[in-house]
Amino acid sequence: MSYRNDPYDPKQAALLAPEALEAAVAEAGKAFAAAGDLDALGALKPAHLGDRSPVSLARREIGSLPPAAKSDAGKRVNVARQSIQGAFDARLAELELERAARVLVEERVDVTLPWDRRPRGARHPLTTLMEHMSDLFVGMGYDVVDGPELELEWANFDALNIGPDHPARGLMDTFYVDLPGLVMRTHTSPGQVRTMLKRQPPIYVVSPGRAYRTDDLDATHSPVFHQIEGLVVDEGITMAHLKGTLDHFARAMFGADARTRWRPHYFPFTEPSAEFDVWFAQHRDGPRWVEWGGCGMVNPRVLVACGIDPERYSGFAFGMGVERTLMFRNGVSDMHDMVEGDVRFTRNFGMAV
Amino acid sequence: MKLSLSWLREYVELPAVDAAALERKLVDLGIEVESIVDQAATIKGDLVVGRVLEIEELTGFKKPIRFCRVDVGNPAAQEIVCGARNFAEGDLVVVILPGGELPGGFTIGARKTYGRNSHGMICSAAELGLSGDHDGIIVLPPESATPGADARPVVGLDDVILDVEITPDRGYQMSVRGLARELAYAYSVAYTDPGRAAAAAATDEAPYGIRIEDTVGCDRFAARVVRGIDPSAPSPAWMQRRLIASGIRTISLAVDITNYVMLELGQPMHVFDLNLLRGGLVVRRARPGEKLTTLDGVARVLDAEDMVICDDSGPISLAAVMGGETSEVQPDTVDVLLEAAHWDPVMVGRTARRHKLFSEAAKRWERGVDPQLPLVALQRAVELLTAHAGGTVDERVLDIDHVVPPAPVLLPTDLATRRIGVAYPAERVTELLGQVGCAVTGVEPLEVTPPTWRPDLVAGIDLIEEVARLGGYDAIPSLLPPAHSGRGITAEQARRRTVGRALAENGYVEVLSYPFVAPAAADQLGLPADDPRRSAVRLTNPLSEQEPLLRTSLLPPLLATLKRNLGRGERDLALYELGTVFLPHLTATAPPPLGVDHGPSDEDWTAANAIVPAQPWHLAAALTGDVVPAGWWGEGRPATWSDAVEAARIALSAAGMTPDRVTVEAATHAPWHPGRCAAISVDGAVVGHAGELHPAVLSALELPKRTCAMELDLDAIPPRPVTQATRISTFPPALIDVALVVPSSVPSATVEAALVAGAGNLLESVRLFDVYASAQLGEGLKSLAYKLTFRAPDRTLTVEEAVAARDAAVASAAERTGATLRGA
Repeated sequence: MSYRNDPYDPKQAALLAPEALEAAVAEAGKAFAAAGDLDALGALKPAHLGDRSPVSLARREIGSLPPAAKSDAGKRVNVARQSIQGAFDARLAELELERAARVLVEERVDVTLPWDRRPRGARHPLTTLMEHMSDLFVGMGYDVVDGPELELEWANFDALNIGPDHPARGLMDTFYVDLPGLVMRTHTSPGQVRTMLKRQPPIYVVSPGRAYRTDDLDATHSPVFHQIEGLVVDEGITMAHLKGTLDHFARAMFGADARTRWRPHYFPFTEPSAEFDVWFAQHRDGPRWVEWGGCGMVNPRVLVACGIDPERYSGFAFGMGVERTLMFRNGVSDMHDMVEGDVRFTRNFGMAV
Repeated sequence: MKLSLSWLREYVELPAVDAAALERKLVDLGIEVESIVDQAATIKGDLVVGRVLEIEELTGFKKPIRFCRVDVGNPAAQEIVCGARNFAEGDLVVVILPGGELPGGFTIGARKTYGRNSHGMICSAAELGLSGDHDGIIVLPPESATPGADARPVVGLDDVILDVEITPDRGYQMSVRGLARELAYAYSVAYTDPGRAAAAAATDEAPYGIRIEDTVGCDRFAARVVRGIDPSAPSPAWMQRRLIASGIRTISLAVDITNYVMLELGQPMHVFDLNLLRGGLVVRRARPGEKLTTLDGVARVLDAEDMVICDDSGPISLAAVMGGETSEVQPDTVDVLLEAAHWDPVMVGRTARRHKLFSEAAKRWERGVDPQLPLVALQRAVELLTAHAGGTVDERVLDIDHVVPPAPVLLPTDLATRRIGVAYPAERVTELLGQVGCAVTGVEPLEVTPPTWRPDLVAGIDLIEEVARLGGYDAIPSLLPPAHSGRGITAEQARRRTVGRALAENGYVEVLSYPFVAPAAADQLGLPADDPRRSAVRLTNPLSEQEPLLRTSLLPPLLATLKRNLGRGERDLALYELGTVFLPHLTATAPPPLGVDHGPSDEDWTAANAIVPAQPWHLAAALTGDVVPAGWWGEGRPATWSDAVEAARIALSAAGMTPDRVTVEAATHAPWHPGRCAAISVDGAVVGHAGELHPAVLSALELPKRTCAMELDLDAIPPRPVTQATRISTFPPALIDVALVVPSSVPSATVEAALVAGAGNLLESVRLFDVYASAQLGEGLKSLAYKLTFRAPDRTLTVEEAVAARDAAVASAAERTGATLRGA
């Protein structure tokens, strides 16, 4: 076997020497590791993986080897090249991660900057409280009825057993107008009169809304205020049903331990009548009884005036002040805050009370 | 009403009671308690009787001052400086010693004043909380006490004073008699009815000539005469104390006795000086225009409905309400005529209201007085008078009695159970009604005769109330009625909620203004002379004479609230209000009389409602300052007319009005800027206006320039239809922008409508994204740039299809508005 014809140049073939390839790998690894950023790494690529890089030059030498040595040398070069490529890719991934992390750092913002570029609106707490109270009754099967604020004197007084000479009529502090037979309603009860005239029992309604009395505005009074009143007229209605309804409402409003306590009272439109307190455990000054409203069995004279047979039907009625409820429930200490329309007061409540 | 406990104890055998328990008992009876005051506890320390030994007048001060040496039971006299002058050496006075404390936390110490050392204080009735009388210090009757003794019992500071509020239906409680009766039920103790005490009956001959002309107004009149009383006899101290504790001024023995009897029995009385009466008395209605000067010194012109007691000189007393000056008891009166009558409560109520004279007597008459009291009251008064002032009682007793006895009430035995919801057997009902003084007979129904002092008991339910009250409200169980099938809130109620929420979510803050406005508001808003909003309902008794009208627009009160917020330092404001306005009809006729004996007829009810002014719900908004504030994100954006228009659109959208039903057109409408006002219509009908307010209006209202507002008639908006679903195409859209040049006078809404009309049903949406005008574009022209989105439900549109639709849209705009494609 003769090797003479082989153009074998041992000097050149030195590039293929395992030591040389190992050195190239080592050198590339060192260089890549030293590259501080992606640009530096990219600039190193031709020197270690390009056409003139040691591994590329070594690959060219393979042709000059005797056939028996070619396979071995080829394998060596490939391993070296893969190793260098691997080192490059690893460093590239490392630097890309670093860059991504740096971008995130660079894009950092001050999240505590003010956010109020869209001013907040709000609904008035009296509106939302009235709706909340109404909805609890809707849940008990009641309808919500409205009525005019400038009302027939007859519906505000006479039909409610408050005749022209009734002492209570003087107590109501009524606003009168320059039109005969009309007054600013002193309570929302005329809305119930209208309901009774419109439909026959069974009647289960609440009437929330505005009422007017000639009180000067002070910390606890307002000439314009809101009430929610309820009326039930049906067969077999007793005071026990009234108590059950108020107790249930109190629990729905103020929690499981709420309940009502009654004091006999006088209202022309109910008999027997009571004022009631509610046990309010969440009061800011500690749990206590709070005066809440008035109630009673609908006076048969009212049923008669509204065309309902008092022999067949009986009913109950109750009412409470919405301002008063808001005052103790939400800790409002002054009526002025509820009537002056100061946006700072209302915004505090947002969309619900 | 204030009464002392010791007085009540004269008629009810109360056990020892503590204030809290007593209050609870009263409250459970339906008697509201203002206060229960133990007088002895109101003054701390040594309050003693003193005898003034020596008075030295100090001069050289702004007012005369006395330096007194007072015997307070100690070996050495107490030296006290005193500013009062109504006492002399030897008088018995009331002294509080150093270390004591008067009501109101006023502590007494030894101190130097007016150059002398003062060791204590000589007290007035006011300082002791006995009355509001500041006329000098208390001078006790001679020899009524010993110096050094505790002064509390001497001045009556050993009692408990109840201050209670009586409901208008229970006149009988406005007396010791009535309140003692109530306490007797509450404590289950014995009660002696002073109203049933023995009294001299009427005699055939009357002590004085009296004629009753109107027995409706006065169904009972009784009188007695006492002659030769000692005019200088003082009221006994115990009587004065009780009167003062009840808040009644002491005047003279005769007058004090009438007040005392009124408080004790509940029977208002009057006493005349017999020798000042001119001829016989006549009880009648007043003649219109007759005059009478009442005891309060007010000259009153009488009404034909008032009842008067007259002598030959004319009216001498406004019956049941207040006596007159001419026959008043004088310091030298020796012969008196005492009167106790029974008056029509309705008449008294009207007279009291007419003359604004809510005397203690009137308050009782209006609530109902027992008609069987006059003779008892006279007996009591005559006995008290003669016991303390001597004199001779005329044996003759006048009593003109037309009183109708109370009618029995028929009470089904089960009614109490059926109404109260607690089992009340007939025996229990009978027992409880017996306690309040009813006579109960019969079996089914019970026949109940109310006592004469309970004119309020006329129907079965009135009796049920007494059963429930005495049986106790605490006995009533808590039971929900069977569930009822409701319908939820109405469409109108739901709309108000949705609209309010929508505005709040868009930055508006709700306010609830008073609906009262000034007459000048119409001028400030620049409303034309014939503007219907100038016609407003007027309050006849407004709280403020400046604001007697009811709003016909939400704007005046809303703008006032805006201004109030500005005054408090807010700069950027967006407010809204939902409320009713009051729109009177042009004719103001009285409603037909509607009785209470049955429901009104449909005809009458309709006629009555026809006069009730329309009160539609309106929605208004007002804005000033920035809607987007300046901040780190950049410039702020001031509120403009377009924000007001947007608010209207937000509301209409929330009310379920789709944009195709809403039209916005330029309008001239006060109080808006004529060039910046939009009329908002739904289905072609105007429902409101929005825009920037007129500069003159803003100047008149002193509001910031460019303030904007919106007002809609919510009730004019059609009901929300059931929203129909749109089909969502999943194919890609074709987006084409077009820029159109039109004369600047052409509203963008018209151009958009033309594009929509021409584009056909491939058009999904159109959006104006740029508006501009320039010299290059040409004078009087503007460019409107639209983004058109086309999409087909069933396929991907080809370019040709989209372009054809675009061309059709542009052609339509060209035809309707003269628009030209820009750059074309």
